Amino acid sequence: MTEHIAVAAGLDAESADWPRALACTGPRREEALARLHEMLVRVARGEVARRGPRLRLTGPELDDLAYQAAADALVAIISKLGQFRGESRFTTWTYKFVIFEVSAKIGRHFWRHPDVRLDAEDWERLPDRFGFDPAQEAEWRDLLAALQRAVTEELTARQRRIFVAIVLNNVPLDTLVIELGSSRNAIYKTLFDARRKLRAALAADGYMGDDGLGRS
Amino acid sequence: MNGWSALDRFLRTDPRDVGCAQAMEILHVYAELAAAGAPVDERYPGVGAHLRACGPCAEDFEGLLAAVRGEAG
Repeated sequence: MTEHIAVAAGLDAESADWPRALACTGPRREEALARLHEMLVRVARGEVARRGPRLRLTGPELDDLAYQAAADALVAIISKLGQFRGESRFTTWTYKFVIFEVSAKIGRHFWRHPDVRLDAEDWERLPDRFGFDPAQEAEWRDLLAALQRAVTEELTARQRRIFVAIVLNNVPLDTLVIELGSSRNAIYKTLFDARRKLRAALAADGYMGDDGLGRS
Repeated sequence: MNGWSALDRFLRTDPRDVGCAQAMEILHVYAELAAAGAPVDERYPGVGAHLRACGPCAEDFEGLLAAVRGEAG
């Protein structure tokens, strides 16, 4: 499905000026680059601070990651300056680059982390991954056995590998992108298709109706 | 959320879901409109469907929204 970007009726003066300043030469460009870098560092630091509590990263590492993300975002923005079409403010467009750089760098951090396991299939983790109560195992045991069977029998090798990494081993999707040399879109699409197949398999086994999972 | 509803939610797929590439392409427009209180889900239902299902893209959207709101604040 395609959704077209609505082009803004008029670009504000500041947004119109940024690309001109960055594309020119001399002191005006240097001043614009410095201002943009400062802005990107501020946004990157805000973003790593926002995500920080959920990451196994400490203060200096977070700050280092923020500076690297800002520097790489600046390079990307300059190289893609001609792609700014004015559908948003210029600053919003640039923030997107730095947010994506923070995401990618966090993914790379986990890739290097020795605790990250991609292929180990520990199915005992499955109930915990979805928050099933161990005290009520009699209610969900058959359902999860059917799910495991569907993963084994219905999914392709790639779908199964991605399901195992993301669902069983809790590997961040962006880390898997690096490990498999793929893209976020391709991994998501593979998992999307796997989810659809698994749902159909559970429905065929009588575990799922139109209203969702049933406890029949 | 219990295990039944969490698994049900995970297995639900929305045919309107545009995927990561298109959502990322448009995210700056979507975030700016969302920050302004516009009905983004009506204008871009496929992006909304994607952000409800994709954790990494939703995280990026939240970060971008926070940056835009920080600029306004």
